[in-house]
Amino acid sequence: MTAVDTPPSANVGVTKLRKEDAHLVTGRTSWTDNLKLPGMLHVAFVRSPMAHAKVTGVDVSAALEQPGVVAAFSGADLVDNWSGGLPCAWPVTEDMKSPTHLPLATDEVRHVGDAVAVVVARSRYQAADAVEFVEVDYDPLPAVVDMEAALADGSDLADTSLDSNKSFTWQKIDGDIDAAFDGAAHVTTRRFINQRLIPTAIEPRAVVCAPPRETRETTLWSATQVPHILRLMLALTCGVPEHELRVVAPDVGGGFGSKLNVYAEEAVCLVLARKLGQPVKWTESRSEGYQATIHGRDQIQDVSLAFNQDATLRGMKVELLADMGAYLQLVTPGVPLLGAFMFNAIYKMDALSFTCHGIFTNKTPTDAYRGAGRPEATFAIERLIDEAANELGMEPFELRERNWIKHEEFPYTTIAGIEYDSGNYEAATAKAKELFGYDDLRREQQERRDRGDKVQLGIGISTFTEMCGLAPSRVLGSLSYGAGGWEHASVRMLPSGKVEVITGTSPHGQGHVTAWSQIAADALGVPYEDVEVRHGDTAVAHKGMDTYGSRSLVVGGYAVQSACDKVVAKAKRVAAHLLEASEDDIEFEAGTFSVRGSPDASKTIQDTALAIFAAHDYPEDMEPSLDSDATVDPENFSYPHGTHLCATEVDTETGQVTIRSYVAVDDVGKVINPQIVEGQVHGGIAQGVAQALYEEAVYDADGNLSTGSLLDYYVPSAADLPHFQTDRTETPATTNPLGVKGVGEAGTIASTPAVINAVVDALRPMGVNDVRMPASPRNVWEAIQAANGGAA
Amino acid sequence: MTKLNITVDGEVHDDDVEPRTLLVHYLRDVVGKTGTNVGCDTSNCGACTVHLDGRSVKSCTVLAVQADGATVDTIEGLADPSTNGDPTAGWHPLQKAFHTEHGLQCGYCTPGMIMAAADLLKENPDPSEDEVRHGLEGNLCRCTGYVNIVKAVRTAAAEMRGEEVSA
Ligand code: FES
Ligand code: FES
Repeated sequence: MTAVDTPPSANVGVTKLRKEDAHLVTGRTSWTDNLKLPGMLHVAFVRSPMAHAKVTGVDVSAALEQPGVVAAFSGADLVDNWSGGLPCAWPVTEDMKSPTHLPLATDEVRHVGDAVAVVVARSRYQAADAVEFVEVDYDPLPAVVDMEAALADGSDLADTSLDSNKSFTWQKIDGDIDAAFDGAAHVTTRRFINQRLIPTAIEPRAVVCAPPRETRETTLWSATQVPHILRLMLALTCGVPEHELRVVAPDVGGGFGSKLNVYAEEAVCLVLARKLGQPVKWTESRSEGYQATIHGRDQIQDVSLAFNQDATLRGMKVELLADMGAYLQLVTPGVPLLGAFMFNAIYKMDALSFTCHGIFTNKTPTDAYRGAGRPEATFAIERLIDEAANELGMEPFELRERNWIKHEEFPYTTIAGIEYDSGNYEAATAKAKELFGYDDLRREQQERRDRGDKVQLGIGISTFTEMCGLAPSRVLGSLSYGAGGWEHASVRMLPSGKVEVITGTSPHGQGHVTAWSQIAADALGVPYEDVEVRHGDTAVAHKGMDTYGSRSLVVGGYAVQSACDKVVAKAKRVAAHLLEASEDDIEFEAGTFSVRGSPDASKTIQDTALAIFAAHDYPEDMEPSLDSDATVDPENFSYPHGTHLCATEVDTETGQVTIRSYVAVDDVGKVINPQIVEGQVHGGIAQGVAQALYEEAVYDADGNLSTGSLLDYYVPSAADLPHFQTDRTETPATTNPLGVKGVGEAGTIASTPAVINAVVDALRPMGVNDVRMPASPRNVWEAIQAANGGAA
Repeated sequence: MTKLNITVDGEVHDDDVEPRTLLVHYLRDVVGKTGTNVGCDTSNCGACTVHLDGRSVKSCTVLAVQADGATVDTIEGLADPSTNGDPTAGWHPLQKAFHTEHGLQCGYCTPGMIMAAADLLKENPDPSEDEVRHGLEGNLCRCTGYVNIVKAVRTAAAEMRGEEVSA
């Protein structure tokens, strides 16, 4: 594929050390919980200890007697403050069931941690103490915790206002699926469990809200990924006029989807600050967050592949049960549906049938967690391809190569109906195999098998792709999503020649300030140091769609580039005017406009900025400003891909898995800052490995979260993870001027199946053909026992 | 209320606190520190790591009153303040190396990581990759996958040993 023309780059493509770091490495930070405002009160929530119950009474009077307590409210006390429930912006079907989700429950609680009342006190300790004095009467109801049981006739209901536990069934069938399976020479079928995870951004959520003072404006600070979406949704939920609400995302400590939401605590703090006329703060404790902040994944996947005699892929069937939890949060039902475009992955096939049932249970709601629907799909297809290769007696790469889209076939419209603009799976794979020492490791594996070593070696492959850069607005509309996927940027040329870039993306670790500075510096031909990037405050960045879905660079970076192009176009007219030349004769390079043929006649872009500020002498038919806005709507998703290889050593006696080496070759298109890209890949891989080996949110039969804190929910430390060797191939995206594809989720999507394929590969000679995630010693040991005849 | 005398980042503080106040809450809410973070309620994450009389501790596991009479150093006191003209000149080698090796993304774990690493390097000035990984076992980072944190700690160690550091 040919690259789009990119300008000569002094900054783009080069590692620049991050502008973001100085205040972070010295502790001069502004996390939401660091904020202190005069008269600020502290909020604590009273939460249900039961998974499902009728609330028959809430009495806050004893809490009001406690030291420092200023106010306390039950759900019923605040019910008139809500113009609606908390929003679900993705009604995936017309008849989708979505129970009303009030910020504070009034008559029924539906998961452990559902908030029923709130206490406001002068200090955080006093607020926490007073929670114990709120008396809540519960009438227990049966808890629905198992998705399959939830669907059985006569099942208990997760929500008594509904008549079944099914929220929706969504189906998409492409091609003649019956023909594909009826005539198949071989069918491989599996059931995979993609377990529930807890995102665990290391900064817990926090909210501060200040009521109006000099103006009518209410200001809400939140540890959020989505200040713009939050502003609109809180305005609607709480009946506050949108223009009187300012939302600020100050320093935000990671998100991974968990801060891509509109939460009860944000709505309650907004209402409390306005009701009490004083600023309020709430910060979740980690254990509280494990109940009150969204979880991710949680699918039961029944998947089949149909092959011809020659191992050509004919079709794929996917049937999902997706656990919504107790409520539909912002994009809960849409998450699994992204899989409808991703289960086919990099493979050509004639038919794809995708059916997803969204199920309510009495658990914390699920929603987008790093990758959102795509890791689940990628896990299933990459596991299934390995299983099929084994059944067909083929080398796993051979089966992949037989069926993947060849580099000369791009752009390629997949069976799911979307067009992959570019890619080169052959190149990424060749590079990864070489770095990994694939052939040597296969030899060693054979030796260990031959001598019956108790520690077996496994090699896991993941040739993944994903769709990101969310998203073309019209496509989102066709999928019933409630908003568009455009992004906005403003570029201001200051009189002194310095530049302000205002972006609608809202970073929380991704390094936008640095990368956007690189883009703007090259586009405008100004020094990198002369660019400042502002974000995350609706009073400053007045328009935006925020940060998630690996969209920020692909859509937001594109908007920065477009706004800079407009600035340059205006500056060119000013330069032509000042140089008394025709605009057609003006050339622009590295920040300087010159007259073609007379190189001495030139003006810098900074000269034009000053001239237009003075505005004494500028073209008649233009406004005296170079400042420009751009709102861009992508024409397509972007499709990063790559080949990840993992070697694991599995102790067949203890079930202990150790990653011996991990190689990732990613193709994320053009790269703005190689160091930042590498960091994103490292972090992504770590989260995917964590799903494969360590993490699972476990509920007991009564709907209690057994993994309710970091003591029980095992987030890996440095000691639990290996070094990741990363490299890249570069096949530019053809659908945006930067040629970029996005990198935030790639590592997470790729790595989980690479690790599990490696674990299964190690145990293959023992007859093991699946291991339940996480591949803990216990789950591995059980898989070995089951293969031995089930006497575990 | 209990009287307390603590030296925090070189400044002496006399305060009255409730006896149950955690050191981390004292540092944040009373002293006004912004760099010592809270990431959990089970002493697993290490975001709150500071030095108490020179040794690294998780400040959420210590009561403020237990630190009475002691010296507490936080990330905010780590850089040499005398070179304030150039913001990076006074940085501790670990602060520099986290920056140059991209050992942080959101930065929430970073103060704790750096304070824990500083203590580790006191014990072991030339740790292997494995020793760094095990030495920082008590500190969780969700963003970086640790690869660049390990690199940063070893880079800083080399600088502190006076060795040539490749950029
Ligand atoms: S806050 Fe101290 S260890 Fe997590
Ligand atoms: S940099 Fe975000 S948690 Fe470590």
